[in-house]
Amino acid sequence: MIENMGYRSLVVLEHLGKIAQFALRIVVCLLGRPYRIRRIVADVYDAGVLSLPVVCLSGVVVGGTLSLLGYTTLVRFGAEEALGALVGLSVIRELGPVLTALLVTGRAGSAIAAEIATMVTTEQLDGLRMMSVDPVDFVVSPKALALLIVMPLLAGLFIVFALMGGYGVAVGLLGVDGGSFMASMEGSVKFWNDVIGSFSKAITFGALTGLIATYRGYISEPTAAGVSAATTGTVVVGSVAILICDFFLNGFWGV
Amino acid sequence: MSEPEEPEFRIAFDGVSLKRGERVIFDGLSCGFPRGRVSVVLGGSGAGKSTLIRMIGGLQRPDSGSVRVAEQDITGFSERELFKVRDRIGMLFQGGALLDSMTVAENVALPLREHTRLAEMDIESEVDRRLVAVGLSDTGHLYPRELSGGMSRRAALARAIVMDPEILLVDEPFSGLDPINVRRIEALLVDLNRHLDLTLIVTSHHMASSLRMADRLVFMVDGIAIAGPPDDLLKSADERIVEFLIAESDSFAEHHELDVTPLMDRRTTPDRRKNS
Repeated sequence: MIENMGYRSLVVLEHLGKIAQFALRIVVCLLGRPYRIRRIVADVYDAGVLSLPVVCLSGVVVGGTLSLLGYTTLVRFGAEEALGALVGLSVIRELGPVLTALLVTGRAGSAIAAEIATMVTTEQLDGLRMMSVDPVDFVVSPKALALLIVMPLLAGLFIVFALMGGYGVAVGLLGVDGGSFMASMEGSVKFWNDVIGSFSKAITFGALTGLIATYRGYISEPTAAGVSAATTGTVVVGSVAILICDFFLNGFWGV
Repeated sequence: MSEPEEPEFRIAFDGVSLKRGERVIFDGLSCGFPRGRVSVVLGGSGAGKSTLIRMIGGLQRPDSGSVRVAEQDITGFSERELFKVRDRIGMLFQGGALLDSMTVAENVALPLREHTRLAEMDIESEVDRRLVAVGLSDTGHLYPRELSGGMSRRAALARAIVMDPEILLVDEPFSGLDPINVRRIEALLVDLNRHLDLTLIVTSHHMASSLRMADRLVFMVDGIAIAGPPDDLLKSADERIVEFLIAESDSFAEHHELDVTPLMDRRTTPDRRKNS
């Protein structure tokens, strides 16, 4: 058993090393010419615009749910005016970036991993290599950068929709005063600490998802099972990595 | 069989060995491919034909031995160094390997856009010229998924030759195609070899096409290669070659009802041909 654990630890360490190397290759490709703006824009569209409905809808529902749950608790203490602060802080500091990252990993990350893995299976990446075109530069880097770009934008949108959902339920359904809802939110949310912190979290999650999705696709076996393993691996590893990363960001930097 | 004297090998394998897990793919394989000729690599499934081609392109590295391409030993080359070698090589993959997010014209234009400073107008006319050459003049705007198997392979051929390579590697160009498309692709490949003086290496188990095209045959058997001019090899008494030819001529005769008696005469086992 100990031997098995040791072997598994070595495999994990080896993968971590390879991911670090892969990340470095992506950065080098992105910094060097050509800049592949058209491919990046196309990938931003695929990952971002097509994720809009799911992110907006989830935002409204999560904001509304928070209001409902928060109100039932706060009203017992006669503190329902603090509902704005509760919804605002939870959505901006924590739920916005984390839930968006999880949604984008499931929606766009898995799609990117599946696309790259299919390109491995159908020899498209080998085809690029034979044309002296580096697949990391041509295919992988634009997709990884696209996820990094869209994550903070989608998280921002998620937060806006969640606040709208929270406000709508609190004011329209539960009869909380709109002015005090907004005032309590404004009083408790700090721009530098909460908003910028949330933004940095989203960027970190974007980089993480982009790296994991592209790496899983790139190293996949050239078979149908390989494509499926890449997709599942991206969602599972990506989601867990986001949650672990969130814990450390909260713990060390208070973000 | 000893290697006959050849004028000049553009590509040469020397003592190449490769294992995949416990399975031996190449076991000290040595053979050469002459400049400007059509070499056809024959062998059963799993004999290592595609691996051989991938090794020439540097997509697969041997465990030991050396692979020389255009006077350079590419065995220890880095990816960057391989790019320089690949500039001289075109490769047609079995499935075409066209990028499915791009149209046919964009696929063919890709090497030009990546490696030349040609104006957009010149790129377009060059792409048109190549598509006309492979008989796909009106398909530039289509996506690979909208093409049939034969069309897809011809589009991939247009992309493989757009940079005027010196060496063209073609992996199983005839598999899964109807006889008309087989003839069409065969004619295209032979034309390319004649007009552009390409060193052409084709893997196949399509016996009829191979015999029509080949200046040189390379049989892959038991991890080694037996190479030579077709006439010599077809007369060979090497039982591994005879075995392969008989198996192929069986299926060829069944499907085409042609007279392959010259091959059948040399069989050592009882007649297994169903239609005889």
